[in-house]
Amino acid sequence: MKGENISPRDLEWRCGRCGLNLQPTLVTVEYLGSEFTAELPCCPGCGLVLVSEEVALGKMNEVEQILEDK
Amino acid sequence: MDQKELQEWESRCIEENPPLCVADCPLHVDARALAGRMAAGDWPGAWQVLLRTMPLPGLLARICDGPCRRRCKRVEAGGAIAVNELERACAAQATPRRPPPPLPAREERVAVVGAGLAGLTAAWELARKGYRVTVQEPGPVLAGELRERFSTLLPTQTVEAELDHLTRLGVRAELKAPVEEEGFLDRCLAESQAVFLSLDVLNPRDWPLERDAGGRPQVPSPVQTTAREGVFGGGLDRPEGPSPVWQAAEGRWAATSIDRYFQGVSLTAGRDKDGPFETRLFTSLEGVEPAPMVTSAGTGGYDDREAAQEAGRCLQCHCLECVKVCPFLERFAAYPKKYTREIYNNLSIVMGAHQANKLINSCSLCGLCEQVCPENFAMQDLCLAARQEMVRRSKMPPSAHEFALLDLDFSLGPDFRLARHQPGHDTSARIFFPGCQLAASAPAQVRRVYDHLRTSLPGGVGLMLACCGAPAEWAGQEEKLTRSLETWQEDWRGLGSPPVILACPSCRAVLGAHLPQVELLDLWEVLAGTGLQVQEPQTGPWAIHDPCSTRPDPRAREAVRALLERAGVELAELRLGGELTECCGYGGLMSTANPDLAGEVVRRRRAQSDLDYLTYCAVCRDRLAAGGKRTVHALDLFFPDETGGDPGPRRNPGWSERRENRARLKAGLKRELWQEEVAEMEPHRRLKLVISPQVGEELEQRRILIEDVQKVIFQAEESGRKLVHPRTGHHLAGFRPYKAMFWVEYSPLEDGFEIHKAYSHRMEVKAGTRP
Repeated sequence: MKGENISPRDLEWRCGRCGLNLQPTLVTVEYLGSEFTAELPCCPGCGLVLVSEEVALGKMNEVEQILEDK
Repeated sequence: MDQKELQEWESRCIEENPPLCVADCPLHVDARALAGRMAAGDWPGAWQVLLRTMPLPGLLARICDGPCRRRCKRVEAGGAIAVNELERACAAQATPRRPPPPLPAREERVAVVGAGLAGLTAAWELARKGYRVTVQEPGPVLAGELRERFSTLLPTQTVEAELDHLTRLGVRAELKAPVEEEGFLDRCLAESQAVFLSLDVLNPRDWPLERDAGGRPQVPSPVQTTAREGVFGGGLDRPEGPSPVWQAAEGRWAATSIDRYFQGVSLTAGRDKDGPFETRLFTSLEGVEPAPMVTSAGTGGYDDREAAQEAGRCLQCHCLECVKVCPFLERFAAYPKKYTREIYNNLSIVMGAHQANKLINSCSLCGLCEQVCPENFAMQDLCLAARQEMVRRSKMPPSAHEFALLDLDFSLGPDFRLARHQPGHDTSARIFFPGCQLAASAPAQVRRVYDHLRTSLPGGVGLMLACCGAPAEWAGQEEKLTRSLETWQEDWRGLGSPPVILACPSCRAVLGAHLPQVELLDLWEVLAGTGLQVQEPQTGPWAIHDPCSTRPDPRAREAVRALLERAGVELAELRLGGELTECCGYGGLMSTANPDLAGEVVRRRRAQSDLDYLTYCAVCRDRLAAGGKRTVHALDLFFPDETGGDPGPRRNPGWSERRENRARLKAGLKRELWQEEVAEMEPHRRLKLVISPQVGEELEQRRILIEDVQKVIFQAEESGRKLVHPRTGHHLAGFRPYKAMFWVEYSPLEDGFEIHKAYSHRMEVKAGTRP
């Protein structure tokens, strides 16, 4: 799982408030009562998490569909 | 749905009923499969079909008299398929194969008297069941009568090969048996526990048979009993003469009876399908070209090519009437009976994936299947009941209908909902209820129609803007529907509960079904009473597309036609029009749950005619127009816009514009007609956005509203919670206004924001920790 949701471009973003670069961070994602951990880019200062277009429309969408049909 | 309901539903679909040829064959040989294989040149497969059902196939396939031909559907289009000739050609091609080994041996013995086709079949069937069979043949050879009767079709070698199969099954034979001797039957019964009389080769008068009123010997089928216990018979001539297939069938039925006799069980129970029976399978001949029976050039029956050609004439009878007209039923590659089982399983499983969710949610609920089905199978009732059950059990996928349900909330919310008496009146003789989607599609037209109605009709025409609740109904959301209807009635009662003029056929269907106390008037009938004329000379003819919600409502269909024809508008009917009309893909929320299928529905619909389309449902109009078909709403002809230009190319407003249109309509009417103040827009809606057509199209496809984008940016700019890209200067922010999280990448401009992209997901991201 590690790193597979993060592209180099994702880490180019900086937090608008903290001015810090995003870093791969383990976060918890939840849908319909199921929780998973995933590594996503995150601001080390305030914890703001980026879900990129690729992840939202790819992996997340896939898991959402599976959970909805569960 | 319980087991009983499941079976009731399943039995309504006749697709799995056998074709007429199979039902009518005394042996139920699958002639449809046989012809199918032969047409494809699959000779071994064809022979396998015969081996499955035919006793003594090496003999019977050559001499079958094909009684199935009298019921063949091809009779109506060139003549019955020559099934018996096909069987003959198949037998000629076949590599002889030994019969499968018999079941484990049993103790009971059976004497078969006479080696006619009935007797040999009984011997074949009983030996396969493991009984010890002895054939008592009075003549010097077995099958003597058959050899003589079919001397050309049955060469000695062929007969011997099949008799060899009988021997391998353990059948013994005694030739020159003294069957006419006194006490022969008693001796047989002493040595065996049952006797079968092959009456095709014995003199019926010599044996203890039952007699009919005229004294003629008879054997009741399919039990094949005689006047003496333990003695069975079969093979008497049919009224039309001796029939090999009937002789064989009676031999088989007697074998079944003898087996049951030994087991001490009922001879009659569950035997209604031994022998010809009525099948419910329906097969349409629409589009079938007549084709005469293929004649053989030679004398020895069909050659390979001729047989394949004749087999190719077989209609391969199926029903599939509903599947032929419905892209949804076609898409899931089966038919209602199978779908019923899949839906039942989907509702029953506790663990595992609900694989039929997509199926259940993709039906447009339009009811065309019920209309074309010979047995009125209503897939829409099944799918809707399934949706309701899923919602009740919290098993409905949230993403399936949410977008449409939020739109319903919008229509019942402060931006659109309105109920007013006509300006200057404090009562309403009638109310005009245009429906949410006409207002979303053509708000100026709603205004023009309302202006016309209130100036043409006496007593005051009130106005109600809201949603009838159709999306909740279609989504199976019963509670939400009830709440929507309550809201609607609150406004209606507030205006004095007068009759309601409806412009939308879906509103009519929903309100008509749930609020019988409300008097509903059809806009077209009302307009006809106001002496309305078409304002501009119209080109034509138009092919009229009836909205699917008018299927059960001939009066509405006629009213709109009458008004248009009186106005000189030339109309043409579509092949699937009127009560057979097709859905545009919006009904049942198909376009929300399965946008790809809904697109296919429009593509097929637009191809039905080269003419431009005219319809009287705003959503049908917009969806057909979006699918590239020039389509006008009937109101476009009666209430053209100020320019009076061609209404055909009017584009489909997108999701965001549909909301904007409704909000503007309400605000404009309040200001201009009722001189009321309009509440100021919420601050996020005042943000100015610059959106390229390409990004706009992407938002549309992803069902992201302009307002969602505004909310994300407003939130980000207020809180500073956003990401910044140092190289491009783009900002990226996410916000969750309801169950979906929206992300927008944008650049601030001097007085607004340029949008680069937007996307959404439903999963919730919780706080992160460093690894």
